[in-house]
Amino acid sequence: MTKTSLTTRQSISGLLFSLPSGLLLVTLYALPMLCLFLLAFTDYEMGNVVIKWVGFANFNQILKDPVFSRSLWNTLIYVAMVVPISIVGGLLIAVLVHARTKTRSFYEVIYFLPVTSTLIAMATVWQFLLHPKLGPINSILKLLGLPAQNFLGDPTLMIATLAAIGIWQLIGFNMILFLTGLSSIPKEIYEAAAIDGVTNPVDRFFKVTLPMLGPTTLFVLVTSSITGFKVFDTVAVLTQGRNQSEVLLYDIYLEGFTYAKMGYASVLTLVFLLIIVGLSAWQASHMDKKVHYA
Amino acid sequence: MTWRFVNNICLKLAAHSVLFLGGLFMVLPFIWMLVTSVRPPHEIFEGSLLPWPQEFYGWGHYQAALLNVPLVRFMLNGVLICSVILLVQICVAVPAAYALAKLHFFGDKALWIGTLAALSIPIQVTALPIYIGLATAGLLNTYFAITLPFFLSVFAIFLLRQAFKTFPDEIIHAARLDGMHEFEIIWRIVLPSYKSTLAAFAVFSVVAHWNDLYWPMIVISETRLAPPPLGMMFFANAESGSDYGALMAGATLLTMPLVLVFLLARRRFIEGLTMSGK
Repeated sequence: MTKTSLTTRQSISGLLFSLPSGLLLVTLYALPMLCLFLLAFTDYEMGNVVIKWVGFANFNQILKDPVFSRSLWNTLIYVAMVVPISIVGGLLIAVLVHARTKTRSFYEVIYFLPVTSTLIAMATVWQFLLHPKLGPINSILKLLGLPAQNFLGDPTLMIATLAAIGIWQLIGFNMILFLTGLSSIPKEIYEAAAIDGVTNPVDRFFKVTLPMLGPTTLFVLVTSSITGFKVFDTVAVLTQGRNQSEVLLYDIYLEGFTYAKMGYASVLTLVFLLIIVGLSAWQASHMDKKVHYA
Repeated sequence: MTWRFVNNICLKLAAHSVLFLGGLFMVLPFIWMLVTSVRPPHEIFEGSLLPWPQEFYGWGHYQAALLNVPLVRFMLNGVLICSVILLVQICVAVPAAYALAKLHFFGDKALWIGTLAALSIPIQVTALPIYIGLATAGLLNTYFAITLPFFLSVFAIFLLRQAFKTFPDEIIHAARLDGMHEFEIIWRIVLPSYKSTLAAFAVFSVVAHWNDLYWPMIVISETRLAPPPLGMMFFANAESGSDYGALMAGATLLTMPLVLVFLLARRRFIEGLTMSGK
């Protein structure tokens, strides 16, 4: 077989093999993205026959839309609670679990359980746990002589409650990522540190472990933030956005699919896209060659 | 020496109490779900705090849940949807990943850049235009509509391309000299070496789509087509919080399959879920 025929054959095979992926990439990503950008400049609503070009009107409108600013603010508060707590908590649990020998897999299972479970099903369980009258959490508050709380109805508590559930679901995931990071730290570094006089476990953690976990921490930070900005399921089941508890994705869902205001929802989607792509790009620019793909 | 010993014991005790208390927060919802699902209605209504039912209610709530709501149907929908998605994803991604890793062809750079760009675009972004397309074609409320956006997994292409890169070229050359076609080389020579990568991806894909709510909520309004999360939501809305016994029984049944698989294949499961950040 000659060299040219081999390369042509390879070239044809390559084209054929990537044809389905290429076509799907165009229909499921490229074209929808193009449509999204174009829709953002129109007043398109589902079922409209005539589509009118409205320029930047939709963009101007989001600046004046109280529901949008509220949902963005709520999402930011949610992320600001979920991300630090699930990272610090996940790291703490990982360090403690890493030091265990006999009980390690037991704790791994316990903490990972919420990650594997169907969030919608567990959200209804949380709804019951937090129920103002029937829920055990309020029963305990009453036993302690504290007033019962309407966790999923009180506007000052709703986002915090959703964040607590978010943390519950995410902490085990972050724990596993940190455990992988911890296992990849060479033992020699600890030995060298011990020779240099770092023997106290707390010193050892801050002087050796934490710096070595840098790439893992960056990865966890970005993935946790993305997960946080995507909060939707718990809102859809537990609050449905009532009492001003809308979040970004829920607002997009309402505008686009409930009210069928496609043009306006496209602009909201672009805001969401900007956040997600921004986080991914920030991660990519910081990770370069030291990536730890867990 | 003794001081150090005491110190060690204290540290261990502190570690275990933190882990135990945190663990309690993790499993309490599961325990309460199970306990409530076998608790008689009057105990639920009184808001009993006992971690066990005073009188065992039996399978009453499970019967109620299964009779009132097509839970089995939801789970079968879930199995069907997840299987179709996974199968198509593998059939589409494996050849493309091999081509990107081992072949030179027209457009290979474009496909790779497109794949990398698409990696950071979640379904919530493309949902709107894809929905408009499906609605225009009259394809809402079909299994096709639930599965279509996931036929291409750019993550699978990325993951497998990186894996296939490490496959020795000599073996591929030898197979070519033996007259094997590239297509055969992929499935019979290359892929068998990456069974664990494929298994990890399968876990990732199945868990993601078994648990997905956003997309099914958009394209499905008929109960008979609902996958587990959407079914659970219909169920919860219909009960509007009145019959928590049946709801907890339903939640138990819908959560069980994945939790069981997790307990049986813990390593593989964790590997699959943590190889990307969701």
